[in-house]
Amino acid sequence: MSHEQTSLAFRENTVRALEDSALRAAMKQATDTFGTKRADAFAPVRDLEALRDRASAIRDDVLANLPMYVDRFVASATRAGAAVHRAKDAETAREIIRKILADRGARRIVKGKSMVSEEVDLNSHLEAAGMEVVETDLGEYIIQMEGETPSHIIVPAIHKNRRQVGRLFADRLGVPYSDDPQALTKIARKALREKFLSADAGISGANFAAADTGSLVLLTNEGNGRMVTTVPKLHVAILSIEKMLPSLTDLPAFLRLLPRSATGQTITSYVSVITGPRKAGDATGAKELHIVLLDNGRTEILAGESRDILKCIRCGACMNVCPVYRAVGGHSYGWTYPGPMGMVLTTLLTGMKKSHPLVDASTLCGACVEVCPVRVPLADLILGLRRRKVRDGFADPRERRGMEAFGKAAASPALFALGQRLAGSFWPVVRVLWGKDVAGRMPAPANPPLRRRLP
Amino acid sequence: MKVLLFGTCLVDTFFPEVGEATVRLLRRFGVDPVFPKGQTCCGQPSFNAGYEAQARAAAEHFLSVFSGDDPIVTPSGSCAAMVKHYYPRLFRDDPSLLAMAKRAGERTHELTQFLVHVAKAHEAGLRGKGTVTYHASCHLTRSLGVREEPLALLASLKGATFVPMPDAARCCGFGGTFMAKLPEISCALADEKAASIEGTGADTVTGCDSGCLMNIADAMRRRGTRIRVAHIAPLLAEGL
Repeated sequence: MSHEQTSLAFRENTVRALEDSALRAAMKQATDTFGTKRADAFAPVRDLEALRDRASAIRDDVLANLPMYVDRFVASATRAGAAVHRAKDAETAREIIRKILADRGARRIVKGKSMVSEEVDLNSHLEAAGMEVVETDLGEYIIQMEGETPSHIIVPAIHKNRRQVGRLFADRLGVPYSDDPQALTKIARKALREKFLSADAGISGANFAAADTGSLVLLTNEGNGRMVTTVPKLHVAILSIEKMLPSLTDLPAFLRLLPRSATGQTITSYVSVITGPRKAGDATGAKELHIVLLDNGRTEILAGESRDILKCIRCGACMNVCPVYRAVGGHSYGWTYPGPMGMVLTTLLTGMKKSHPLVDASTLCGACVEVCPVRVPLADLILGLRRRKVRDGFADPRERRGMEAFGKAAASPALFALGQRLAGSFWPVVRVLWGKDVAGRMPAPANPPLRRRLP
Repeated sequence: MKVLLFGTCLVDTFFPEVGEATVRLLRRFGVDPVFPKGQTCCGQPSFNAGYEAQARAAAEHFLSVFSGDDPIVTPSGSCAAMVKHYYPRLFRDDPSLLAMAKRAGERTHELTQFLVHVAKAHEAGLRGKGTVTYHASCHLTRSLGVREEPLALLASLKGATFVPMPDAARCCGFGGTFMAKLPEISCALADEKAASIEGTGADTVTGCDSGCLMNIADAMRRRGTRIRVAHIAPLLAEGL
């Protein structure tokens, strides 16, 4: 299913979301749970700040030397027997993958969770080529069935409650209705088991790529990731270039940080390290491994003032604590990545013209900065994008005039005092101009103001 | 001891009682607050909305009005954070203004910081009344790192009971221009905050930022809740 970007309608999207009481209840419950579990998981980690510093420094080094690490990864992965493809944009990535699959006659595809595959809209492209693509992560399976996109980068169906899932399964799979999560999981598992065993190819993402060994690292919980990457004879992995780690020996810091930040787990149920395809004597593994490295604008981001967003390791902690995300859910953002990291990445990857309302989707409360395990300066990145929005002429003209006037007044006490007096005298007019949504929520200016009350 | 009082544009225009209470509190502790008449706004609304030139103009004006060596005290965590954290960034390419900005940042104290660390007001046995809960505003808590000072002051009030609110440091949805740009979300967040406050059973909610309190007070009005919303300066000044 192809999905048009709706970031320009952010405000309209949020108004709809705010009226959806099931969505709001699901969001609140899930994000509260993740918040508590995250805090509990980090409580015993005594060296947390040093650990964050170390992980942040590793990510800084990756960005400072990204082309070198990518080249190194390509060389080591190739040495290990993988075929590595570099895709400059979404279309190229889709086409590379379609061709790999088509050339080998693959028609039944099982997929592990991959936000990069969402970014390039892979499924619709493969389906258009006559292939069957089945998402095997439980959350992804649910939203694929519903014809939706993920609303969270870790928990794709976070916006749904178990009753909605129960009705969906009953409706589509013809099973008796149940809203017991265990029963629902069993139903999905049974349906998916058949898909795994008959699949021609598996597609996965990757959490990290180790440049020195050419290994892909996948952190998963449901076992589907391991099935996708080892049961079919062909495995295609798609990941974006910034997922590099200099060395596999850098992994432990991230293994301590990522699961705790994401789901509040000390470690995920599965940690897969895949180095090349199956070799003689290996018990499992795909016979053929293709790795698609996606750029899609990242090299350009790397050269600009917002490069630090590429430090992100996709844990989702920033969205779990974001008051805006918690209230309106991921679909409101109108593209692949929601929440604080998403509003920044979306604006950069899709361009200000298609996404400028997103840069205002933050109160700058700083909750995201507080939890980011690799110290992505999200508030500063958001401020930078707001400056760019103004610079590039995407600000609302009325706002621009207002801000220019306010700027003049702020630099001149006489003008400022005059503005105060005028606002006070003409408050009923200001109320009409600003509307009840804004001025209606403020008291009338005081008469006299503080400056005329103090000596 | 002389200090320069930065009222902030919001307090100056909408909540002068907060500025007056700040003056009474400071005087009670032997501090002589002077209100420089040339003051306007720290520039945060422009800065946060992406209008860098306007923010710089406001900041330069602030630095000239608040020059000298006297401490600067302000009843706002958000405006204090603007001066302390973002002024140096605004002037990073101008060595002389950068030096002034850094110096101004060092001299700037949010009111409760000053009351606890300099005036020792939490040891003065101020009086209070009723049941009070506290909203920990975002920039005060996370930018300035002021977490304990307001609590120490509130806990010291004789005759008042302090009750903590769940998720006290979660954003109320004000966010400066955010309240105007995305009012629906802003109101939804304020409602969530108001529900937390109502759940404490307190008769008064206080905090250190007038913008947030304005947003919370509006939610209270919409919900028909009769909980008093008061900035910490007037709340403390009542017990002098």
